[in-house]
Amino acid sequence: MFERTKLILVACIAAFAALSPLIGGMNPYYFNILISVGISLILAVGLNLVNGYTGQFSLGHAGFMAVGAYLAAAMSLGILFPYLDPPQWAPTAEELAADPQATVAKWTYPFKALWLLFGWLINALFWCHNHIIPLGAALPGWGKFLFALFYGGAIAALAGLTVGVPSLRLKGDYLAIVTLGFNEIIRVVLQSADPVGASRGLPGIPLATNFFWTFTFAALAIYVVWNIVHSTYGRGFLAVRDDEIAAEAMGINTTKYKVLAFVIAAFFAGIAGGLYAHFFQYINPEGFNFMKSVDIVVMVILGGMGSMWGVCAAAVLLTILPEVLRKVAKIEALPEWAREIAENRMIIYSLILIILMLARPQGLFAGWVKKKTRPA
Amino acid sequence: MSAPLLDLDNITVQFGGLKAVADVSFSIGERELVGLIGPNGAGKTTIFNAITGVYRPTAGHVSFLGKKVGHHPPYIITARGIARTFQNIRLFASMTVFDNVRCACNMHLKHGISHALWRGTKVAAEEQRIERDVMELLEIFGLHEQRDENAKALPYGDQRRLEIVRALATKPKLLLLDEPAAGMNPTEKVELMKLIRFVQEKFALAVLLVEHDMKVVMGICERIVVLDYGLKIAEGTPGEIRANPKVIAAYLGKETAA
Ligand SMILES: Nc1ncnc2c1ncn2[C@@H]1O[C@H](COP(=O)(O)OP(=O)(O)O)[C@@H](O)[C@H]1O
Ligand SMILES: [Mg+2]
Repeated sequence: MFERTKLILVACIAAFAALSPLIGGMNPYYFNILISVGISLILAVGLNLVNGYTGQFSLGHAGFMAVGAYLAAAMSLGILFPYLDPPQWAPTAEELAADPQATVAKWTYPFKALWLLFGWLINALFWCHNHIIPLGAALPGWGKFLFALFYGGAIAALAGLTVGVPSLRLKGDYLAIVTLGFNEIIRVVLQSADPVGASRGLPGIPLATNFFWTFTFAALAIYVVWNIVHSTYGRGFLAVRDDEIAAEAMGINTTKYKVLAFVIAAFFAGIAGGLYAHFFQYINPEGFNFMKSVDIVVMVILGGMGSMWGVCAAAVLLTILPEVLRKVAKIEALPEWAREIAENRMIIYSLILIILMLARPQGLFAGWVKKKTRPA
Repeated sequence: MSAPLLDLDNITVQFGGLKAVADVSFSIGERELVGLIGPNGAGKTTIFNAITGVYRPTAGHVSFLGKKVGHHPPYIITARGIARTFQNIRLFASMTVFDNVRCACNMHLKHGISHALWRGTKVAAEEQRIERDVMELLEIFGLHEQRDENAKALPYGDQRRLEIVRALATKPKLLLLDEPAAGMNPTEKVELMKLIRFVQEKFALAVLLVEHDMKVVMGICERIVVLDYGLKIAEGTPGEIRANPKVIAAYLGKETAA
């Protein structure tokens, strides 16, 4: 029984490898959609661990995707980060020569404090990045791409840990707001980060993502999350969702589980970001805004939080839906208002969600696949 | 007397102006079955919460196995060997009977998340061992046939029993039972008390039992602690308690008194 899930995984990966050359030759428009579906699957399956199985509410998943996308791209492009300069601690020699009484303006004090708190940390991270880049560059072919992906995933997981530890003491709406804030901070920082193109975005990323890698990682994400939540270890995530007080009383460290869910989800979001960057070959901060996070949350809610196949189905559906709507918006025969609605998927999403909450609060697809709760 | 398993030393728990528990001290020895009784609102559940780390005592401290436990979060106290059930049933609602108990085996796992991710060979062996342990416990309480039913779909009495099974799965040294027989009829109650005695002996447990039915408590407990308005008003053998005028006064007019 334990071997069966592993066997399915290996069979899937083999099938993807066999299909990859065939599918690579298909109509590029449909190929684009197919790869987007794979990326959505990774994002939604990861977020389902946090929002679905563990019952937290993260609204900043695109932020982790951005971290993964930018760092994987920086790795592939060999972008080094320039170190931040420390603030001016004392007047320079010239300033003193001009005015012996010269002092450094009082308003720089807050910056000094910030520097003391974070400056050295940021520079230490930059130092690590600048020393890891050559390691990746030395690898041949796919090795370099995979290294870039895992680098992006690892740093996204680190970001998940950093955001998760202080904020997972918050509940519900508060956690949603903090994660949303994280998403926005990442976006704003990227918008002014010159080494990675600031708001112009980062073009020229080499094409490396293909059908095989995208769906292999999607299968891995599904495999890993499935294994976790069906193991005794991972039942702890569901226990946290069901009743935190009872979970603690049963010896489950609820904070650890919440952080763990966050870190795993962030890792996969980082991988998804790296795949995205190496497929579309261009990324910009707006691609990872709040709306992108909402897209992923809607997939999880629509699929039925904590239902693996429901969430997968919703991820596929909601990735294809905008393309269908785009087609609908072009149909001349439709009245103007209908075409306008079709052009704005957020209106459709909100409608779907409102109807869903009223009619099927457990999610569209939850319960379609009979729940199998025996351990394998 | 050797050092007690659990020792409450002048515990006070205050909610705003209300002293739910005031300067209560008592101790429980190994393999002892102690009853904790008192009218509604006397502070019994609050004492449970103070022992298990849900509330921090305002004053005084709890020692377990000779060490203070007061400042630890509940999951660490559970890991030390204190397990409990809840008066207002707190089963994991989305899970089956089996999984509810399985969750409680979580802290005894020898493998970490990395093995669970991959389903390594270590996991397979441990999952089998856990399944055996869980089924054994479920069988003792006659719940093994409902293993795949949703926990919240069980009859009320079975839910209470499942809570005990779940607590036992943490392999405690001390088991705290908060009104485990609430809502049961007299025959069910007697059955349950026999079961409690049975597991107490089988697993060499100390048990602290809250129960309203005096006849039941008197029949099963070696020692009884009586609370009223947060104060300990009496402690002794069932015979002593039955004859204690303070206890009679506290229960006067309350039909639960036998
Ligand atoms: N979290 C709380 N906040 C405020 N008051 C509480 C809280 N928990 C219990 N109490 C009060 O403490 C007293 C003792 O409650 P409890 O321990 O539940 O009694 P018992 O279990 O003996 O029936 C009651 O008056 C109750 O209202
Ligand atoms: Mg109570």
